[in-house]
Amino acid sequence: MPKTLAEKVYEAHVVRSTAGEPDLLYIDLHLVHEVTSPQAFDGLRVAGRTVRRPDLTMATEDHNVPTLDILAPIADPISRAQVEALRKNAAEFGIRLAPMGDRDQGIVHVIGPQLGLTQPGMTIVCGDSHTSTHGAFGALAFGIGTSEVEHVLATQTLPQYAPKQMSVTVDGELAPGVSAKDIILAVIAQIGTNGAAGHVIEYRGSAIEALSMEARMTICNMSIEAGAKAGLIAPDRTTFDFLQGRPHAPQGADWDAAVEYWSTLRTDEGAVFDAEVVLDAATLTPFVTWGTNPGQGLPISERVPDPAQIADEGERRAAEQALAYMGLTPGTPLTEIEVDTVFLGSCTNGRIEDLRVAADLLRGKRIDPSTRMLVVPGSVGVKSQAEAEGLDQVFIDAGAEWRGAGCSMCLGMNPDQLKPGERSASTSNRNFQGRQGKGGRTHLVSPSVAAATALTGRLTAPADLIGA
Amino acid sequence: MDAFITHTGTVAPLRRSAVDTDQIIPAEYLKRITRTGFEDGLFVAWRTNEPDFVLNKPEYSDASILVAGPDFGTGSSREHAVWALKDGGFRVVISSRFADIFKNNSTKAGLLTVVLPQAEVEALWAAAEADPTTQVTVDLQAKLVTYGDTTVPFDADDYTRWRLLEGLDDVGLTERHLDDVEAFEGRRPAWLPKALPALPA
Ligand code: SF4
Repeated sequence: MPKTLAEKVYEAHVVRSTAGEPDLLYIDLHLVHEVTSPQAFDGLRVAGRTVRRPDLTMATEDHNVPTLDILAPIADPISRAQVEALRKNAAEFGIRLAPMGDRDQGIVHVIGPQLGLTQPGMTIVCGDSHTSTHGAFGALAFGIGTSEVEHVLATQTLPQYAPKQMSVTVDGELAPGVSAKDIILAVIAQIGTNGAAGHVIEYRGSAIEALSMEARMTICNMSIEAGAKAGLIAPDRTTFDFLQGRPHAPQGADWDAAVEYWSTLRTDEGAVFDAEVVLDAATLTPFVTWGTNPGQGLPISERVPDPAQIADEGERRAAEQALAYMGLTPGTPLTEIEVDTVFLGSCTNGRIEDLRVAADLLRGKRIDPSTRMLVVPGSVGVKSQAEAEGLDQVFIDAGAEWRGAGCSMCLGMNPDQLKPGERSASTSNRNFQGRQGKGGRTHLVSPSVAAATALTGRLTAPADLIGA
Repeated sequence: MDAFITHTGTVAPLRRSAVDTDQIIPAEYLKRITRTGFEDGLFVAWRTNEPDFVLNKPEYSDASILVAGPDFGTGSSREHAVWALKDGGFRVVISSRFADIFKNNSTKAGLLTVVLPQAEVEALWAAAEADPTTQVTVDLQAKLVTYGDTTVPFDADDYTRWRLLEGLDDVGLTERHLDDVEAFEGRRPAWLPKALPALPA
């Protein structure tokens, strides 16, 4: 029977399958960070269990880490205690940890691919919903809760039911200034914030194949914002080229064996998807969100929607609540919305290519004097690479702040937060109420829209800068 | 894990859709390393900023069944959202659609999530708004929600239902099959990556 890519990867990891019970799925790589793991390690200790495969487990510090003075102790005692708990747990259970200051430290979803630990055909989990990022390599990668983190630590497996299959096909060519972020924001606006619940999304089509690995990661990263279990893309030459030579990528004869296997990881002709979505890349323009979930987005040339025009009562109420929180008036052109802060970073858009795109727009210019711009590389590796290319200086010369690596203002667990009522254009993945700081208002954008917005102080498409 | 067999209590009608886990408990409350004590973070922004928020109304302060709009629990995988609901006195959440990770987490921590059609959700909202003391019984054994003269059946997959009824934890169940896990490990290709030791960049 023809199979989808996701089905192939899933089936290759079934340890045990019995009618009336979930399958037991083997996990090839378990990524760990400080926020969702302490209770899981405690659970192991209470039950007298060990970590079954420390060699398939990797931990990093990312959510709480300050992006200034990273070598000083964390000022917030509760954040510090959480990071210290991870250090203690990693030492006690023999797990590799990339602590603050380490060359491998960074956002968990940035370092996996960077180290070459993320490879096609693997199963990857992390106590973090954006684990879907790793699907860009053709891995089945998904977020889990803390009880499941404990389960994987103890057994290297998870009880699972086979997910349903959804295809999102994007054919055609993107216009200049339109990026992977715009594709995924458009997809989520179309299917809704939980529209892919129960499904794994496979992204396919010529527009997807043309994307770099960084751009593919941006798309897969936000699969969870459509409610999908995971998002993945079939591995190809772009994937192999990205991986070759990375520290943990196979070498020599192993490399050849791996590539031979990876090349079989494609959806068979005639495989059936439970749901299909089709998008034409050529019709896409830069997208921004106006509301308080990632499905509430529109092309930047549009206006703030009018809830009175929404027929469905639930959706109308949701739109009213969102606009009240966002402090927006129906009918306002999106490009007239002024922002206080621009955040460039996160596991969605904190990789080297994202920084290059933004730096290209900022080079030799100054950002709007009333706007603050924070540039936070996704990892120490990205930071060093950007500095080697001189991008840090481009940002600093433009008036932006160049910071250390971490999650930062994506969720404001460290001091990088919006103040109540402040508005941001953010390259992160969630515009939920209070996500970037209590009372903060978030518009999700691509890196190029972020840079253009920093220059003008209001939501701006890069194409509109020409002649400005 | 706490077993769940049947529960009777009153309803808090939460007329909101796509309630994400950042609303259920914001990130600043996730810095703790304990598994309990999260009630102070439960819906804290809405409780603080919106006097009319349902849980600010005294008549709903003892509710143990939360009835919410569609797509409850979207966003972050934080199991703290489930812990906060439990710490805040809830045993059941009813919605027409849940986010997968939230639903999964709830089954690991003994919080029952019940999917009912939106029309039944609306009927429960109406009943709880007309009379906040309305007693609602959620019976997992019989797979029924009952209140007044109304009885609504719900679906629960047999395996998860059995685990919840017995209060069984997954790790113990999986440990019965460690020989299968070992056999699987023997078949894994040798070139698959290992995080240890750290290799030079
Ligand atoms: S960058 Fe944001 S979304 Fe990504 S892992 Fe960190 S907090 Fe989560």
